[in-house]
Amino acid sequence: MCGLCGVLLNEHWAEEGGGRRARGFRVVLVNRVLDHYGLSLSDWAGSVYTLRDRKGSSAVVTDVGTLWAEAEKLAGRPLDPLDPGLLSALG
Amino acid sequence: MAKTPVTLVTGFLGSGKTTLISRLLAHPDMGETAVIVNELGEIGIDHHLLRRVDERTVLLDSGCVCCTLRGDLADELRDLDSRRTRGEIPDFRRVVVETTGLADPAPIVYTLAAEPVVRHHFELEGIVATVDAQGGLVEDESLKQVAVADVLVLTKVDVAAADGLESRLRALNPGAEIFETAFGEIEPGLLFDRPGKDPRDVAVPEVQEHVHDSGIRAFSLLFDEQLDWTAFGIWLTMLLQARGSDLLRVKGLLNVGGEGPLLLNGVQHVVHPPEHLDAWPDDDRRSRIVFIGRDLDPEAVERSLLAFNAASH
Repeated sequence: MCGLCGVLLNEHWAEEGGGRRARGFRVVLVNRVLDHYGLSLSDWAGSVYTLRDRKGSSAVVTDVGTLWAEAEKLAGRPLDPLDPGLLSALG
Repeated sequence: MAKTPVTLVTGFLGSGKTTLISRLLAHPDMGETAVIVNELGEIGIDHHLLRRVDERTVLLDSGCVCCTLRGDLADELRDLDSRRTRGEIPDFRRVVVETTGLADPAPIVYTLAAEPVVRHHFELEGIVATVDAQGGLVEDESLKQVAVADVLVLTKVDVAAADGLESRLRALNPGAEIFETAFGEIEPGLLFDRPGKDPRDVAVPEVQEHVHDSGIRAFSLLFDEQLDWTAFGIWLTMLLQARGSDLLRVKGLLNVGGEGPLLLNGVQHVVHPPEHLDAWPDDDRRSRIVFIGRDLDPEAVERSLLAFNAASH
């Protein structure tokens, strides 16, 4: 997803509905994926998210649409949901 | 105020777009239509709402190729709307945008969905792709245009039989309606204002094994278990980042636990806001998702979505 999608669209399609509870659950689930790449995500006041690696670098992302491009930059490699290694880590 | 519907007419070079549009504009039902084309001269008729644009794209800094804003189109649509409001041009109730034969439809879809002023006043009603029954599907661009279309118009059927081509088109895009024309003759009602079209009609490809030379294929996945919407959103956004340029179209009905299904519809990186429908089309409550993509392994996609969904429990 390109960087501006989340800014141009009022609410990202993947974050429609559910309120704060869904937002909290989203952070938990995303962290299960990001952990495989040495990254983590935290909610920042219910408005944006902060993405961090284990060396102290961080980035602010507006929604789950812009998250993955930033995560790839921080991880320094592509993040592929079809990667069998990731899927076994999730299981 | 209701948004003005926009129909995109795409199709490869020489596939009959201009003939189709010229004939449509001559139809009495098409009077209140604004038309945006690339070449004014080729349409060959006077039309008071005919506009021309250059293919000027604005590549966003952090963006991918398909997430480009068509600045020319955005300017033209904004101008049409403000001049209509000021009474400088006649009112119009629909816009037809003709692309060049080599144009990628994705940036136009993105512009309509994302440009702040445009998305407030206009909405994409559908994508029509013309396919030359004689020339067939020759280039990668024409395959992509077919893959993202809602309606396929087979042109020049007076000179070539379309039998074999039609089955190839169905394999590439099983959800699209297919009409045949000769000399661009077609009823506007087949392409515009299509109230009879049920949004729940998510066609499952009959031929799942067909692999086109280009690697583009349509396949559908069915899921017995209820899908967690949060997990699905995480999964699809990640897939679009990783494989977005190869995932040409995704459409589906998802069972996320509500009374009716959630309608999902995306063209490359642009996913329309999901719509909660009141009821399922039949007794089958399984989620069904049709993917049209290049070099995507259906089993790998299924395994991945199931793993993300299981992680939500």
